[in-house]
Formats: sequence, structure tokens, C-alpha cells
Amino acid sequence: MSEAGGVRRLKAGSSPHIAASLTARGIMAWVLAALAPSLLWALWNMGTPALLVAAGSLTGAVGTEFAWNAIAKKRHTLGDLTAVLTGVLLAMTLPPYTPWWMAFAGGVVAIGLGKMLFGGLGWNLFNPALVGRAMIVISWAGVLALQPNGGWFRTLGMEGVGELDAVSGATPLGLAAADRAAAGGYGFQTSSLYGDLLFRNLSGSIGEISAALLIAGGLVLVAVRIIDWRIPAGYVGTMAVLSAAFGGDPVFHMLAGGLMIGAFYMATDYVSSPMSPNARLLFGVGCGVFNALGRFFGSMPEATTFAILFMNGLAPMLDRAFVPRTYGWVSRSE
Amino acid sequence: MNLAYVRFRGGVHPPEHKEATEGRVVVRAPVPERIVVPMSQHLGAPNEPVVAKGDRVRRGEVVGSVEAMVSAPVHSPVDGQVAGVVEVPLAPGLRSRAVEIVPDAEQDLDSFVTLERSEDVKAVVRAAGIVGMGGAAFPSAVKLQPPQDMRISTVILNGCECEPFLTADHRLMLEQPERVVRGGRLIRDAVGASRVVIGVEDNKMDAVEALRAVAGDDVEVAALPTRYPQGAEKQLIWTLLGKEVPKGKLPAATGALVHNVGTAAAVADAVDRGKPLIERIVTVTGAVARPGNYLTLLGTPVSALIEAAGGLVEPVGRVVSGGPMTGFALGVLDVPVTKGTSGITVLRADQVPPEVYGDQPCIRCGRCAEACPIFLRPYAIGIFATGGDWSRAEEAHVLDCIECGCCAYACPTSRPLVQLLRRAKQAAMLKGAKQ
Ligand code: SF4
Ligand code: SF4
Repeated sequence: MSEAGGVRRLKAGSSPHIAASLTARGIMAWVLAALAPSLLWALWNMGTPALLVAAGSLTGAVGTEFAWNAIAKKRHTLGDLTAVLTGVLLAMTLPPYTPWWMAFAGGVVAIGLGKMLFGGLGWNLFNPALVGRAMIVISWAGVLALQPNGGWFRTLGMEGVGELDAVSGATPLGLAAADRAAAGGYGFQTSSLYGDLLFRNLSGSIGEISAALLIAGGLVLVAVRIIDWRIPAGYVGTMAVLSAAFGGDPVFHMLAGGLMIGAFYMATDYVSSPMSPNARLLFGVGCGVFNALGRFFGSMPEATTFAILFMNGLAPMLDRAFVPRTYGWVSRSE
Repeated sequence: MNLAYVRFRGGVHPPEHKEATEGRVVVRAPVPERIVVPMSQHLGAPNEPVVAKGDRVRRGEVVGSVEAMVSAPVHSPVDGQVAGVVEVPLAPGLRSRAVEIVPDAEQDLDSFVTLERSEDVKAVVRAAGIVGMGGAAFPSAVKLQPPQDMRISTVILNGCECEPFLTADHRLMLEQPERVVRGGRLIRDAVGASRVVIGVEDNKMDAVEALRAVAGDDVEVAALPTRYPQGAEKQLIWTLLGKEVPKGKLPAATGALVHNVGTAAAVADAVDRGKPLIERIVTVTGAVARPGNYLTLLGTPVSALIEAAGGLVEPVGRVVSGGPMTGFALGVLDVPVTKGTSGITVLRADQVPPEVYGDQPCIRCGRCAEACPIFLRPYAIGIFATGGDWSRAEEAHVLDCIECGCCAYACPTSRPLVQLLRRAKQAAMLKGAKQ
């Protein structure tokens, strides 16, 4: 036999011998890029306080993942960018006047309790960023309910709504809930807020600054198939329908609060959402149902966090319930 | 010829990389110094050598055969002298006895010992040693005798060549469309079917035109969406006939019989010219100096074929026998080209997926399931296999996996899904065998 290559030993390896270029890191980079406009717009408008929150949350999340791997003597995993994404997402769910150390603690809890304790990437049942946020909401509810008083941060400008001063600086959703409780209807014109909510809402969390930017980023993620349209569509659609059914203004309820962050960036988290197409649609619908129930009948106007966390818990069940049919298996009972 | 332009569910579309060789006219690879004819170049019982050391053999003469039903004899591709019966490595883990032949210095590659004439196409196909040339290497004569209760109405010729890099079938359809069409008619008549459809992916429209130009009214040529694995039997039948092969049944249960276009051409050669299967077109491509399509004598060492293509271009990542999606990586290059060798794909180091270290996490993105043309849940089966939970893997229908590799290709964390699925399949089959 020819000597030229005959004795040469080569690396073997299983088929397939090529792989798609999209890696986990690439996926996270896409999501971060989609979030970047909202984040940057928020930092530009809110300034240092927002920057401190973001820095605290990121340091908490990334530092915890680094420390955990170092202590457990595991391979470092920061390169996959998932901890970075968790840190950014958590920051975006917090108001800009959150103390930086609280954001930091949220980041630590998000990664430590929400992710590493379950076994790291891929094994967590709940969305880590929301675990971090839930911890903050429960531990320091009073702080999050506070609103800024002037200076670096302007309160929501709602022209023609005189009573606003009485509830100085509340979020639009808080206002809506308070007014409904008092009078059974809105005390202000919800449609007058559309512009603010879409482009420059300064009274919510960092990530709520512009529903328009969030939607644009989310639609890009859907278009490049990083996320499945079924989850946001099920979520937002259900919210709109139920808001109308409960006597609310569906447009207002779609734009206000953390719904767009939740629907496009939180509920779509791969690890804590179901995988089969039908299960995903139902998961989105479920998020919408619980979010609407929380908003209209719960004590907390911002129910996004708990709606998604609750559905996270149901995700494994949904996946079991919607196993797709295998090719050639005409009936599953066969 | 209005076939519905439908797409099968699942699949992936890797970069095609066909440009390197799709324009290269088929040329003959040189006669190597040694020819090694393995006794097992097909699925089924291996042949017994019928020649011994020192024997003179002629091109086309049988050098190995066996009585078994599922088998295909092997012939010498050259005039020469038998140097001995040796053992050679084939696919990883597989070895075969082989007849080693030293070719004469003078070769007449235009002639060969012809097959015995017969009216029975199946007998000729068997005597010619024809096997599925798309890579599966199942003896074609066996396929031509479907079970009594199954009526074949449509013969499908598979000209999809959906694997990236490979262009051997493309060149065959382009350069010798008559042989392909003739083979299709012969197979149709042999099984009593009424219809022949040649399915070609639409990234080869020139081949579609070439085939249509010679097809006449009785042979349909369908351009199909380019998407891997369009050339897999089940997906091809779905696209062309809109039927699923029921689980556990032969494709023939849908009334369809699928043969590769190369196989059809070999059938035409066997029937019309009495030619046994002693050579085939092999695409040699990727990181070699002169990528191309080479008419190669079976038994030519891959190393000699690579030399014919100008040698490797370093640094080499993997040398794959077949295409990158389902081919197997060669550990050494002195393995012979066999009937099922559709190509040699040399991948550069940077084209090969990263070495998988440890347990790559599943991020539950669902891409593997979306890519699976059998609608399995590779992520779940992968996790069952990691934990050794074979019964749950089986409940998740791992035995239906066609090992197309779409799941692992799509996985963003490079989980070794095909390896895990194979392991689960083997475990499930072992369990089945014990019961
Ligand atoms: S290798 Fe098996 S599990 Fe993976 S995509 Fe192909 S058929 Fe599905
Ligand atoms: S493609 Fe990979 S990471 Fe995604 S679900 Fe499948 S196994 Fe998990």
C-alpha cells in the first residue's frame, strides 16, 4: 500500500463532523444585543443611579458564578455569557433608585440560589434573574415601592392629570390599581400615557423605559429565531384579551410594567421554559393569565415576575404533556 | 410534472461547500500499486474469497462470493495477481477479510469479464454485486424482491445528494443522465411498478435539466427543496408521495422503492453491458490540493486517492469517508474505497466542531428537536443516555432515530447527541435481543 499516507494516524470522532455556527455564547450575545438599546437608552436618561444598579447586579451575578466555579473547582463558565445576561436582565427589572448593594445581593441570589444550586446552566427550574428579583421584592418591598423625589430623576409627566401629586411619583400601573380600587375605574386617561410608555417612561424599572425598544429587540430575536414566537405571542395576546375582558385598556396594559421584558426576554429563557411548540404556546398563555390575574385582582400591580416564576414551575409538566408524535407513529396508543 | 413543492418537517441546511467540485468533470483516478478488495462491502453476510495467493485474476472476475441471501459478490477491478488474503480495517471498529491484488502494469480499463447474460434483471443485479451506492450499501437485488404482500407502484431514484461537499451523484446525473434514466426504467419493470420519479435537490438544476432532456414521458424528474436530509428514504418518500413509512415497516409499505441514482446507473451497466460493480465515482474534496470527482477502482486505498487529488492541505482536522453529516472519520488512510464510498471529505482543523470535553450542558433550547426529521426529542434521549436510563430512552423512541446527525449539528453547546443516541440504540437493541 502506498506509504505516503498509509501510516498516518488521524483524529477520529463521531458524525456529524460539522456543526452549526450558532453557539450558546452566540445566542446570549444576540439577546444582549437586543437588550442593549433599551439599556443604553435607560442609562442615558436615568444616569448614574441606573448605572449603579446595573453594575451592582452584574457584579453580583458574574462574581457569584466565578466564585462558585472556583470553589467547586469546576471549569469556568463565564464565557457562555449566561451570567452576564442574568445580571443585565435583573438590573432591567429594578427601578433605578434601588440601592446598588440591593442589586448586588439580587445578582448573588439569582446565580447562587437560582442557578448554581440547581447544578448550573441547564438545570435550574426557575429563571435566575426573576429569582433574584423575587428575593428583592420579598425582602425589601418597601424600598421598591419608594419613588424618587426630584433631582436626578423626574417623575412621570402626565399632563392633565391633576391628582397625580397626591400619589407622588407612583408608577402608572400603581396608579391604575389604586384608582381602580378607589373608584372602580381609571382616574386618568390611559391613552395619554401611550407615548411615554412607548418611548421614555421614566417611572418604572430601568428596563421599562421604552416599550418600543424592547418590542423592536424582541421582534429581532423572533426573526432570527433565537426565541420562539409562541411564547411572547401567547403571553402578550392573552394579556391583551384578559385586560379587555376585565375592563382595562388593553394597549395600556400591554405597554405598562414589565410585560414586554417578561414576554420577550424572561419567559423565553430556554432553561426555564418548555421545549415543544404546543407546550411553549400554552406556557405563554399561562404567563398571560397569571399576569392578568395578578394585575387585576392581586395586591401587587406588577405581577410579571410571579406569573413567569409560577409557569416556570409548570414547564416540566407541560413538556411531559405535549410530547410530539414520532415520525411513522400514527397513533401514540399503538 | 407538477409535484407539490412541500418540505419535510425538521432538517437543517448546512453550508453546501459543493462549489469546489460540482464543476469538475469526472476523471479516472490512477490505478494504484495495490488493490484491496474487502469481502464485506455491503450490509449482510461477508463473502468468502474464491481466489488464493498467486492466482491470476482478470478485471471483472469474481474474487469473493457467498450463498447467503443478503449479500453481494465482489469482483477484481483490475487484471493482476493475488498477493494474498489479508485483513483490513473498514469503518471504525469494523474489519474485513480482503483479497489483495497487485495490478498488472498494462491495464485495459475499457474492457472487463462480462456477466452471464440473463433475462432476469434481479439475477444480473445480484451477480454484478450491486449495492446501494448512496452509502448504506444494502444489496440491491434484495431490495428488488419486496415481500409478496407489498405492491411497489413507484420507483424513486434518489439524486438528492443532500450531504454537504459531495458531488459524485451530481456529476453522474449531469454527464450520464441516460444511464440513470435507463436504470430507473429497468428497476421499474423489474418490480412491476408503474411510475419512476427522480428526486434531485434544487441546488442542482443543471442535473434536473440534463435528466429531463433524456427522460421522455415515462420518467418524472422532480426538483426538491435543498434541505438535509432530503435524501433520507423516509423524507424523500414524504416529500414526493406525502406518505409516512409506518414504524417498523419497510418503505415498501408505502408502495415506494428508493434507489440511489448511482445504483440505477450501475444496474443499467450490468444489464446492458454485462458490467459488474468494480468502480465508482468518488468525490475527493475539502482540504486537498485538487478537489474533484474521480472514477475510482474499488479497493483503491484512500491514501492513493488523496494523492491523486494532489495530497492533503495541512492542517487537517478530519478525513471523513462520505459526507460530513453521516460519514465516518478515518483513523488511518490505508482503508480501501468500497462500493458505498461516495466521497472523501477532508475537513480543515477549523471546520471540525470543538472537541467535546466533559458533559456539555443542555440549555434546553429545543433546537435538536426542531431539527429532528423523525420528530424525536434528542435532548431528552441524550439525558437518559447520559444517566444510563435505557428504558426511558426506548420509550422516547430512540430506535426510530436514523442517525442523520441534524440534532448534533444544530446543538449550540455541541452535545455529542448522535453518540449518546447510538449508545442508547445499542442498549435498547441488546435488551430486545435478550428478551
Ligand atoms: S440523529 Fe436521530 S435524533 Fe438526531 S436528528 Fe437525526 S433522527 Fe433525530
Ligand atoms: S440542541 Fe443541545 S442544548 Fe438545545 S435542547 Fe438540544 S441538546 Fe439541549
